[in-house]
Amino acid sequence: MNITVKAKPMDEEAIRRAILRIAHEILERNKGSQDLAIIGIQRRGVILAERIREVIKDIESTELPLGALDITLYRDDLTTIAYSPLVHRTEMEFDVNEKRIILVDDVLYTGRTVRCALDEIIDFGRPACIQLAALIDRGHRELPIRADYVGKNMPTSASEFVEVHLKELDDADEVVVLERERND
Amino acid sequence: MTKETSKKKNGTQEGRIWAHKDLLALKDLSAREIELILDTAESFKEVSQRSIKKVPALRGKTIVNLFFEPSTRTRTSFELAAKRLSADTINISKSTSAAVKGESLLDTAKNIEAMNVDAIIIRHEAAGAPKILADAIAPAVINAGDGAHEHPTQGLLDLLTIRQKKGRIQGLEVGIVGDILHSRVARSDIWGLTKLGAKVTVCGPPPLIPAGIEEMGVKVTYDLSEIIRRVDVLITLRIQLERQKGSYFPSIREYARFFGIDNEKLQGAKPDILIMHPGPINRGVELSPDIADGKYSVILEQVANGVAARMAVLYLIVGAQSEEE
Amino acid sequence: MALLIKGGRVLHGKKYALEKLDVVVEGTRIKTIASGGSQKGTFETVIDATGCVVVPGLFDIHVHLREPGREDAETIATGTRAAVKGGVVALSSMPNTKPVIDNGGMVEFILSQVEEVGLCNVHPFGAITKGLLGEEMAEIGELAEAGCVGITDDGRPVMNSVILRRSLEYAKHFNILVMEHCEDINLSEGGVMNEGATSTRLGLKGIPSASEAILVARDIHLARLAGTGIHIAHVSCAESVELIRQARREGLDVTAHTCPHYFSLTEENCADFDTRFKINPPLRTRRDVEAVIAGLKDGTIQAIASDHAPHPGYEKEKDFNNAPFGTIGLETLFSVSYTYLVEKGHLSLGELIKLLSFNPAQLVKLDYGVLEEGGSAHIAVIDLNAEYSLSPEDIVSKSKNSVFLGVPLKGAVRATIVDGKVVYSAF
Repeated sequence: MNITVKAKPMDEEAIRRAILRIAHEILERNKGSQDLAIIGIQRRGVILAERIREVIKDIESTELPLGALDITLYRDDLTTIAYSPLVHRTEMEFDVNEKRIILVDDVLYTGRTVRCALDEIIDFGRPACIQLAALIDRGHRELPIRADYVGKNMPTSASEFVEVHLKELDDADEVVVLERERND
Repeated sequence: MTKETSKKKNGTQEGRIWAHKDLLALKDLSAREIELILDTAESFKEVSQRSIKKVPALRGKTIVNLFFEPSTRTRTSFELAAKRLSADTINISKSTSAAVKGESLLDTAKNIEAMNVDAIIIRHEAAGAPKILADAIAPAVINAGDGAHEHPTQGLLDLLTIRQKKGRIQGLEVGIVGDILHSRVARSDIWGLTKLGAKVTVCGPPPLIPAGIEEMGVKVTYDLSEIIRRVDVLITLRIQLERQKGSYFPSIREYARFFGIDNEKLQGAKPDILIMHPGPINRGVELSPDIADGKYSVILEQVANGVAARMAVLYLIVGAQSEEE
Repeated sequence: MALLIKGGRVLHGKKYALEKLDVVVEGTRIKTIASGGSQKGTFETVIDATGCVVVPGLFDIHVHLREPGREDAETIATGTRAAVKGGVVALSSMPNTKPVIDNGGMVEFILSQVEEVGLCNVHPFGAITKGLLGEEMAEIGELAEAGCVGITDDGRPVMNSVILRRSLEYAKHFNILVMEHCEDINLSEGGVMNEGATSTRLGLKGIPSASEAILVARDIHLARLAGTGIHIAHVSCAESVELIRQARREGLDVTAHTCPHYFSLTEENCADFDTRFKINPPLRTRRDVEAVIAGLKDGTIQAIASDHAPHPGYEKEKDFNNAPFGTIGLETLFSVSYTYLVEKGHLSLGELIKLLSFNPAQLVKLDYGVLEEGGSAHIAVIDLNAEYSLSPEDIVSKSKNSVFLGVPLKGAVRATIVDGKVVYSAF
């Protein structure tokens, strides 16, 4: 089975513009940066969260509290997959109580990752609200979850993969759609 | 679950990262596998600092603590680790098990297996007992100390503590002092440390240094002052006070005089030497009270790391056992 | 009532010539050993031994039959069935039964059971001391009179030197072999395997070679003092071999036997805590294996015996510290010896058969180990080319605790003849 690149719907510039817009929408919806905190889901969600925080810092001159969430231990499929996945660190150095939390992930798909993240955040305390930001929303939700801020809506088929590449971990900033070739 | 995040070409390698049904001995693990446990344990240390010290990773799993030897510390540490991962735990000790009524180890284990448990944590006075169990039953078996053989999770928590304090294991000089002959902690420490590249020297009264220990890759000395000058880490072992009856050494007093660690003996030690002890300490025997509570001692860190190391082991072994792809 | 064994290569005469001959047995004796085709007349039984060797049946001088007392582990019936399956025509049973064989009545009981079963011959050993307690001499005269060919406290040594000295002196009068289990029980106390790097790694308490060698040395001194011989059981280590070699060079009547596991296995076999390998004396090191083989080659050790020690499964299923010592060995006595000594080029077939039959029989002055016209018909027919590996289902002994399960072996016994009677046949 071969995996081929089907499309590259976002390049570096498109990602930069999407993050800029999301940052503005966050400030607009929340009427400023009062009580805001931002939490990224390990690992690319954390990088996107950092970038959004930088933009907000430029606009508002305030540095939002930043958290990193590893949702591995909250996965609902832990006991059915063959091998335990690697656990990364969760870093929540601020008090989530009464905060307006912006949760950031790279790709919103079934919604199960977000469900894990919601459960984990609530184990840390009782935020005033949680809003969701995703760079890509590719549909196919399996839970009643929707994003408040979306970089790009992108209808896909289930046989496709969507990968977000970010410079901090990968070679470039880009979004790639991959597809499995069937061996008929 | 988005598959995408686990398929990145430059991302951390995922998939088959742990391939053992049981944890019986550090001897059986590669350096990479030991490092995986230590890295995972680092992540779990954070969980123990949360206000809600609990994650749902092992929700619905049942873990049995099967302790044929009394051990409050290790049992509590395992129980806490299991509970922080949301597993259900049952404690069976020698007095509550049917072992006293003459039921064999295998019968006890098969009865527990029949209750559909996921893992058995066993402490037994006989070396090899966990291996007998692991070969005979389907649930994961975790060795919590078997005779003088191994105590792998103690070895792991010692490694975690050393790595945390020194930043590395590779190239460190480590001394292990005391009753090497009867110590499962010494054996697990030796395997773990040497696999990760530390240089280990054992020291103690000659009758307590077992035959052929050099073949495990360690040096032997009977001169405490010599290793104190040289080592980065000094692991002291508990002396079982009843051993004296076996004529391994003349008296507790004499042991303390020649092999106990106090301020005077630490003259000439490296300024950042770490003093460790698996507990419980005989104060004034293995360690003088000022050393046990002093600046070199990391004994309480060892205890804290014990929970994290055991969480990592339980997560890796019990977390995902299904055979499906 | 005649039996013809035809077509095999026969190891015959005192010189153990190996020739293709036919053997005719009449009654309990060998009538003729002659070249093929010369046998006329009708035979009640004909064994076609083509492709096999026909050798003197084996005499195993060290067997635990467990009856009376531990019939759950072995009985005289099952033990002797295992013996004849292994080509053993006669064996010496050990006295550590419950009750102990320390009086004439117990010996009579054993012999009557043996007769009832009617498979192989049994020449019992009695105890040196009453109840094997090492305190008071057993009634050695009565034991000899009742049919004991030797005495031993096997399973433990006679630790008190003066008791052993007196027993040696006293036994001289009755012309009975005194056999010692050599182990300094203070030095070996609590030990479960050989002391060394492996026991250290496993955290198991070791039994040093010195524990055996110290008693071998002491026993040599006592034999010299008493002016008698002594027989050292199950020699396992290089130090013992050397001590016995020196004593024999001095001209003392010190003899010894070893067991197949001491020239084939080492302490490394214990590495998985498999209690089958818990044996006393323990499996030692490669160096000891080589010394034992050298001892067999140069005549320091005169005999190979199984030390057949059956234990029921539930006992061997205990942990290594609590499981009992011992392995069964009657059924594999020949195969293991042949595989590890002859196939590996250390001994010829004739030399091996001598260690397994003639020599041990000589120690207790019995008539086994030679096939000759007019001699007793104690015969084993063996296919040297047959290869097999033992599985628990193949074992006829009541206990299955063999250290050789699954080990590829060469040389399978096809028939065993005791006093002219075919007691085992796998043709």
